[in-house]
Amino acid sequence: MSQPVLELQGLEISLPRGADRAHAVERVDLTVRPGEIVCLVGESGSGKSAIAHTIMGLQAKALVPTAGKILLQGEDVLTMSHARLRQLRCTTMSMIFQEPMTALNPVFACGEQIDEVLRTHTALTATARQARVLDMIQKVGLVDPQRMLRSYPHQLSGGQRQRIMIAMALVLEPLLLIADEPTTALDVTTQAQILALIRTLQREHGTGVLFITHDFGVVAEIADRVAVLRQGELVEFGDKEQVLARPTHEYTRMLIGSVPSMTPRVRVQAAQGEPILRTECLVKTYPNSKTPAVNQVSLELRRGETLGIVGESGSGKSTVARCIAKLISTTSGSIFQHQQNIAPLSTRQMRPLRQCVQIVFQDPYRSLNPRRTVGDSIIEGPMNYGLSRKEAWARASELMELVRLEPSMLERFPHEFSGGQRQRICIARSLAMKPEILVADEAVSALDVSVQAQVLSLLDEVRDQLNLAMLFITHDLRVAAQVCDRIAVMSRGEIVETGRTADIFAAPAHPYTRTLFEAAPGANWLFEAGGARLKEVK
Amino acid sequence: MNAANQPHGRTTALQSLLRNPSVMIGAVILLCVLLIGLLAPFLHTMSPDEINPSVRNKLPGYESTLRDDDGNKFKFVHLMGTDSLGRDIYSRVVFGARVSLLIGATVALISAVIGLVLGLLAGYFRWLDAIVMRVMDGLMAIPAILLALSMVALLNAGLSTVILAIAITEIPRVVRLVRSVVLSVREEPYVESAIAVGTPTHVLLVRHILPNTIAPLIVQTTYIAAHAILVEAVLSFLGVGISPETPTWGNIMAEGRAMFVMLPHNIFFPGVFLAVTVLAVNLFGDGLRDLLDPRMRKRL
Repeated sequence: MSQPVLELQGLEISLPRGADRAHAVERVDLTVRPGEIVCLVGESGSGKSAIAHTIMGLQAKALVPTAGKILLQGEDVLTMSHARLRQLRCTTMSMIFQEPMTALNPVFACGEQIDEVLRTHTALTATARQARVLDMIQKVGLVDPQRMLRSYPHQLSGGQRQRIMIAMALVLEPLLLIADEPTTALDVTTQAQILALIRTLQREHGTGVLFITHDFGVVAEIADRVAVLRQGELVEFGDKEQVLARPTHEYTRMLIGSVPSMTPRVRVQAAQGEPILRTECLVKTYPNSKTPAVNQVSLELRRGETLGIVGESGSGKSTVARCIAKLISTTSGSIFQHQQNIAPLSTRQMRPLRQCVQIVFQDPYRSLNPRRTVGDSIIEGPMNYGLSRKEAWARASELMELVRLEPSMLERFPHEFSGGQRQRICIARSLAMKPEILVADEAVSALDVSVQAQVLSLLDEVRDQLNLAMLFITHDLRVAAQVCDRIAVMSRGEIVETGRTADIFAAPAHPYTRTLFEAAPGANWLFEAGGARLKEVK
Repeated sequence: MNAANQPHGRTTALQSLLRNPSVMIGAVILLCVLLIGLLAPFLHTMSPDEINPSVRNKLPGYESTLRDDDGNKFKFVHLMGTDSLGRDIYSRVVFGARVSLLIGATVALISAVIGLVLGLLAGYFRWLDAIVMRVMDGLMAIPAILLALSMVALLNAGLSTVILAIAITEIPRVVRLVRSVVLSVREEPYVESAIAVGTPTHVLLVRHILPNTIAPLIVQTTYIAAHAILVEAVLSFLGVGISPETPTWGNIMAEGRAMFVMLPHNIFFPGVFLAVTVLAVNLFGDGLRDLLDPRMRKRL
């Protein structure tokens, strides 16, 4: 066996005093061999990004590597000089980041940014460099390379930017590529393309890849070997098939078990009676935009059912949610709450009717006013509708128990809670209004899988207990399969397909829906409580 | 970060305030100037507008013989000399601190309050934004000194006219600042959540949006105070500010302008006071910004 490109020996990175634990990373041993992809999996705060940044010598000042070695081709990164480190970056090791918009410099054309790598590390002439850059841009599958050279990052889509980042990272054919959640900010279809691209380029050049992700779907798609990190400790490290199919550590088993299954869950259809919410030919065109963000959308929602709106970014799914919650005005069409059309109502006319529809947002860190206690946030709504502080507080205490938090926590501020807890608080705040319709706008997308599973089951339980209608907006087919009774697939502002979840998953009719299913990472694996297994091909 | 150190939140804020050198130096100097202004009659001064033709244009340290109300003679040392009308410059500088601080504080307060209200409304109500901001753009296009000059010319010269004139030119800066904060905060999901639970707009503005503007506003206010003190001095120096018999640092310097080459102390002492006071206010503001700016705080 050849010498590993990267070898971590007992790496330990300490956290500053007062952090929730002493070490960001504790005694991690890890190897990446040439030509293989090692996936480093963990939930947020597990220290996976700390490892990646330390290997590149880019760690934050507060994170100090205190023990161990990082051997790059046998040379210890931790003890080498800054000059040597600078020499090795891009030539021997490269990194791509999660957010390609912020990783590229907005004031330079993409071509120049790739060229800078060559200018710094090689003695090539301008024409030779130019040829090399063009060649690389072609290799990462960008059409019209000449135009790409001259384009600025803001002129490109997320996927194109990430391709530019990959071109920049691989232009000098480094032995090691570190990819820090490179597809997390991208749509599934783009993600599938980028994953395929990384795989192809890595095979061609025999690059060793350390691929950091939180998504087991991506792991199933791309990994050769998998390392599972939990609170800075490496709990499991082995071949993909072994780790996925026969996880030995409890934590790995829990993580794999938490991945929502692609098989729709069968639920006794509970939808009852007349629709309590109905949209007819809903159109929303934002000012200064010619194409409507939402075009001719007609939906129906009944008590006790969950309707999922599935689509990629820019498909207009969130705009539908915000129209229905009357956070933005509609351009044309109607929204019927029971029998009343609320679409033309003004802010003032709308206020008495707001209780009916409540919304939970994606980002639990920004959904609560950081200056107010969570109790004050929860009772704000009921008090707007005439409840006394005492009554509202009593209701808030009951709701805290419903979302499995202590009523005594009402006195605390949002920053004292974790993301999952905050999302529960947001749900409690919505429920305090006694709504009939709960809109969840990507409500679990920002959460770790294990927390996601808990919040999903909470939403399910709440809907059944309070007999709510739920509008569930998500980009994630797995999540949709688990909570939705019916699904509407949106693309470019229009609903391309609607139907019962089981039907759509069994036989997607529209070509776009089929593309979505094909792009879903790890679709040919079944994730179950004990481990994952490959789906039998029919 | 954790629940454990939350109860100490306020003390740590105060501690870091005290530990910040620029805040400390600025605050101490400002406090001294404030005390000088407040205690002016007790700091061995004479009446700042008492004219004494026999001791005109004397150098610092000149000892003159004066009579008190009962006609008794006594010696008085002019620490900073006298001006061309024989007034004691030391007394005028000490009393001048009152005017400068009063103008700094009131201008800052007036422009902060008006700017805050306009900024909140302009930032939140899009239709109002276009109107308010075009008016502000118009105000900003007029040089501050010119606007003040014409206002003083139109209304009668006096303390309130000067305050009003300076405040009007400062308001657009506050409006822009507050508006920019409101524009970013209004997109926060917690603001949308509050709308969704039926919070009336005025409550929404005060409860969820206004608190975010306070920290940058306080910092901006200190800069406005410093600027107002300077502008007042300039206006007085040009002879269009507060009437010349009132002791302000600008007036004292204007008085000494003609004799500057021979008797530089006429301008030197009020100039030093002016510079030190403005420096102190700016130091204080810089320090506050380091402490209050959330981007700075994250780095700590």
